[in-house]
Amino acid sequence: MFDVLARIFRTGRLSEAPPVAEAATPEETALQRELHAVFGRALCIRHVDTGSCNACELEIQALTNPHYNLTGAGIKFVPSPRHADLLLVTGPVAVNMEEALKRAYDAMPEPKWVLAVGDCAAGNCLFGANYATRGSVRDVIPVDAVVGGCPPTPFAMLRAILQVTRQPPRAVAAGAGR
Amino acid sequence: MLPDFLDRECAPLAANVPAGHIGADAAHWREAAEALQADGANLLTLWGADDRDRDGRMRIHAAYLLRDRVIVVEHAMPAAAPVYPALAARFPVAVRMQRAIFDLLGIQADGGDTRPWLRHGGWPERVYPLRRDVGQAQTYPAHETPYPFVRVEGEGVHEVTVGPIHAGTIEPGHFRMSVVGEKVLRLEIRLGYTHRGIAKRFEALALAQGHRLAARICGDSTVAYAWAYCAAYEAIAGTAIPPRAAALRALALERERIANHLGDLGALGNDAGFAFGLTQFSSLKERLLRHNANTFGQRYLFDYVVPGGVAADLPASAPGIMLEEIATLERSVRELRAIYDDHAGLQDRFRGSGRVTPEQARTLGAIGLVGRASGIARDLRADLPWTPYAPLEVAAAACAGGDVAARVEVRFEETLESLRLCRRLLETLPQGAVRTELPPAPPARLGLGLVEGWRGPVLVALEAGANGTIRRCHTHDPSWQNWPLVEYAALDNIVPDFPLINKSFNLSYSGHDG
Repeated sequence: MFDVLARIFRTGRLSEAPPVAEAATPEETALQRELHAVFGRALCIRHVDTGSCNACELEIQALTNPHYNLTGAGIKFVPSPRHADLLLVTGPVAVNMEEALKRAYDAMPEPKWVLAVGDCAAGNCLFGANYATRGSVRDVIPVDAVVGGCPPTPFAMLRAILQVTRQPPRAVAAGAGR
Repeated sequence: MLPDFLDRECAPLAANVPAGHIGADAAHWREAAEALQADGANLLTLWGADDRDRDGRMRIHAAYLLRDRVIVVEHAMPAAAPVYPALAARFPVAVRMQRAIFDLLGIQADGGDTRPWLRHGGWPERVYPLRRDVGQAQTYPAHETPYPFVRVEGEGVHEVTVGPIHAGTIEPGHFRMSVVGEKVLRLEIRLGYTHRGIAKRFEALALAQGHRLAARICGDSTVAYAWAYCAAYEAIAGTAIPPRAAALRALALERERIANHLGDLGALGNDAGFAFGLTQFSSLKERLLRHNANTFGQRYLFDYVVPGGVAADLPASAPGIMLEEIATLERSVRELRAIYDDHAGLQDRFRGSGRVTPEQARTLGAIGLVGRASGIARDLRADLPWTPYAPLEVAAAACAGGDVAARVEVRFEETLESLRLCRRLLETLPQGAVRTELPPAPPARLGLGLVEGWRGPVLVALEAGANGTIRRCHTHDPSWQNWPLVEYAALDNIVPDFPLINKSFNLSYSGHDG
């Protein structure tokens, strides 16, 4: 027990300041402000891998290491899409994951956001549509924002998460669900 | 004793390790399998090829790993009846590979499980997408296809199903446990959810571009895959890379191994309720990745290994910084290992959970890290040391326990060994170029690249086409061998231990699904 405490004491605090999201524009509506006020400090994220190589997953996992202090910002990963505000989707949408992705999206309560993570999910990589993949997340479910990179760094993802939650969720903006 | 024809007719095969290639009729195909199994060889991989455009035939290849070399046995079949003698009776690991080959090419084993494996309903039943008459951009509407899981009957038996989307941030796969109370009676795993048609995509790329796709098959093993691809390509081209490039590749491969082991050691502590372990190890891993970004230009070393060498030389200050980093890591890992070893609660969860006995491991053909944790002390870096591993004298880790504790132990051993190797590599780093030009590769030539990644042997079999194209590229992840072992490891364990057991294997989905 003593060596555990000694190690904790010597390690100290590792958490770093989160990156600053681009300042909100003056056009930001009351709705946007409200949503950010609601979700910006208690955001629940569900992740779905639709055929990623696992590098994006490693970077999403890295987000939860002590250096990025995600939990400290009120953001957490949840096991069920029914509890989620934001869906992170990685991979070029393997046809074998298409149905699972649609079901996860449909299971999320409104309002909801979808962030396509990585070059594959964005449709900007070696994995164009073929017999086994659909080519990009946008071809299968509505997408609010994209963060590129192969894989995107944890900081890039954090910035994108902060920014996407400043947008009105697409379904609410359109006045209807899918 | 191996039969005569295996030596007599074996031609040398271009590869980064000692390797031979032999053509076999159905009788010799069977005989070779029998003799090699008796000799203790592993079936490394199986792959098929559509050669109807060349000579009207379909082909199946089996790569076997012997003590001192690799043998590839090739069997040609008439296109009208592409059936070959099944290997699954001698090598259980062949079952899923045989199913996958049928899904992609319509080449059929003459017995065993015939359920689809990679085809979940994303393409029609009689379409074989890896055949040359299916276009690169061809797509099909998906239709739901039920999968006949094996059902366990009996009083009080119920099923617990998980996936394809898991609770945590991991890759997709489906686990179906038949349980009584908390006890697991049977586990059946279904994979293939992340199948992206990698083999088909290779055929649209130039040889000189293929390493980028290889690097994206399994992101946590990007160095291993890119190296295996480049090794196959360089073997076909008959080119040796500069010594400095080889040393830098090894440095990158060992850093990849360390990063993954650190991540797993933390996650294993966490899955056993010891969050301190996750905090500590994930922080060590994060620092290593940041060093990678500063030194190699990318956190996971994507696209560092390129045909002919590596993408860039180290900055002048890097060796000094890395040597300091190694010393710090060694201290931390030793300190945390003592904490793990002394922690009664942690050891209670680790010991005896998810056991794979050495006999099961041998019979089922376990390889890599999982094999070494069940007493099979085989490591390509020690057994078939390709350049630059011979002078480094890698000590293969071994632990006979076969349980979660043994897989933790092997990870600690290998992390420390890899840190030693990194130090040796930096201290003896040759001077000179880090990349060389490859001459045009002769068409129709087969090359093999075999690299001990952090999970085990990663294999790339590459056949050059005309004018610098790829005719066929088969990639193989050691997870093919070890996934079936998870089904055994879970037996008689309790359901709440399954996540811990699964994490202790930490097998690849994307590498397996291809």
